[in-house]
Amino acid sequence: MNAIILSALLGVVMMFSGILTKNKSVLKYIAAVGLLLLIAFNVMDTYAIFKFDIDSRGLLSFGKFGLYFNTLAFAATFIYVLLSGSDIEKAGINVAEYFALIFFVLCGLSILSGFNGMLMLFLGIEILSIPLYILTGSDKRNLKSNEAALKYFLMGSFTTGIMLMGIAFFYGATGSFTLNALPVIPTTGMINPSFLHVGGLLLLFVAMSFKVSAAPFHFWTPDVYDGAPSVFTSFMATIVKAAGFIAFIRLFQTQAVALGPTWKIILSIVIILTLLIGNITAVFQQSVKRMLAYSSIAQAGFMLFALFSSNDLAMEGILLYSVAYSLATIGIFAVLIKMNDYTFDGFNGLAKSNPVLAFTTTIFLLSLAGIPLTAGFFAKYYMLASVIKEGGSLWLVIVALFFAAVSVYYYFRVIQAMYFKDGDAGTAPISGVFKLSLVLLAALVIVLGIFPSIILNGFYF
Amino acid sequence: MPIQYYIYLSLALFSIGIIGVLTRRNAIIVFMCIELMLNAVNLLLVAFSKMHHGTALATDAATTAGIDGQLFVFFIMVVAAAEVSVGLAIIVMMYRNIHSVDINFLNRLKN
Repeated sequence: MNAIILSALLGVVMMFSGILTKNKSVLKYIAAVGLLLLIAFNVMDTYAIFKFDIDSRGLLSFGKFGLYFNTLAFAATFIYVLLSGSDIEKAGINVAEYFALIFFVLCGLSILSGFNGMLMLFLGIEILSIPLYILTGSDKRNLKSNEAALKYFLMGSFTTGIMLMGIAFFYGATGSFTLNALPVIPTTGMINPSFLHVGGLLLLFVAMSFKVSAAPFHFWTPDVYDGAPSVFTSFMATIVKAAGFIAFIRLFQTQAVALGPTWKIILSIVIILTLLIGNITAVFQQSVKRMLAYSSIAQAGFMLFALFSSNDLAMEGILLYSVAYSLATIGIFAVLIKMNDYTFDGFNGLAKSNPVLAFTTTIFLLSLAGIPLTAGFFAKYYMLASVIKEGGSLWLVIVALFFAAVSVYYYFRVIQAMYFKDGDAGTAPISGVFKLSLVLLAALVIVLGIFPSIILNGFYF
Repeated sequence: MPIQYYIYLSLALFSIGIIGVLTRRNAIIVFMCIELMLNAVNLLLVAFSKMHHGTALATDAATTAGIDGQLFVFFIMVVAAAEVSVGLAIIVMMYRNIHSVDINFLNRLKN
């Protein structure tokens, strides 16, 4: 509960600090301090040192997993603000409000990691999404940003309608909004497979697939990620997406039994489609930003494996995957924002003009591709290991490995452009502090690749 | 009235909403269709709420079962209002730039 209350308060604080200070560059430090506070209070909540508790009548229940996910998400946001904070200042004139909206998104995220009923799921998703619609459209004069915002908004609220219909069906079948409510026959204790319940769950599944951009409900993703200002795409594609997955897993951990064996079939179709469309379309892109949008769809396919197997390895894996994927993507986007040209050709010869940028980008790309010694390797390893542990779906692992190999191709295209092609990659002026923080982030990616237990131990202690 | 009637009515409204979103090209009308979808859900939730209350009433005269369905409706209305304010702001922003609310006009990102 600490995280929900504090992040909402910090959002308000950020809005007021926009009135009180005229100096824009102070705001990112205020936001960074706020995030540190948020991490501290959330850790206190985890270890029951200081708890601000309100009796939520079973609407919210905070487990260790959710709270730990909060900590990781806040830490990733902290890194994001440190790395891209100065670019948020350039995104538009209302800088304080952008930070405020980011805090409101984090409030939605902490609800999603602790919801225990459909009401909180709905509110969490909406608190997460509505600020994002605004952030997407924050570049008001840019038609691409307008288009992205409108598309995101229409698709997002359409999905909300579908999700609510699913919730209404669920309520009709079970008579309750709690997460573990199942329509059981009182005499035998068996699950009563009613049309309403199954239909409701399927609608919820479609809606959640929309939110995490799993194929065939992914079509909004490339346009929105491409059109939104790059700083905010970075936030949307990483931390917000991970929150969507946590909600997805939480929702279907108890409810998947009602769908029986069909559940695994539907899910494996969705996983394969997501991997196929994400990876194959990414190969043909000319713009690195659009390629990253498709690669985020492909990565979502891997994250869906946690939903598929939902055992203890999968829970560890989804945490590790969220962190590895978020850190690498935040790093790449931080570099991408500095580039003058977003196409692959724009990266030509970056290694000569700016070796530090090229080297760190290479590490982030290797991590996304899942090359050993980077964080992405163990993330993918845990995902696939959880499926093998669950048993019976070895073919799915083989398909995933094949697509992981495909993904290496388009990630290496960027590396090839940077190191082996001649050109003058134009970048915005880059400060020494930015370079230093990029190097630190790259070091973190490698350290996590060698000792993934740093993340996982936090889960148990 | 049997519960089925309510289900059919709200499903019909919901489908009209979905068809409208998929076929209409005016951003405002698409928006209205989304509102229609949400209101179909509201109707269904209230109907189910009454249904669950009715079944619980048979065993317990002082029951409050089914009350949460109606509470949910209020939350949907509040969130829909918040969404309307953001959505209309986005549509106005778009109208200022291109003097049209046709969503077909916006196809720059495809290529």
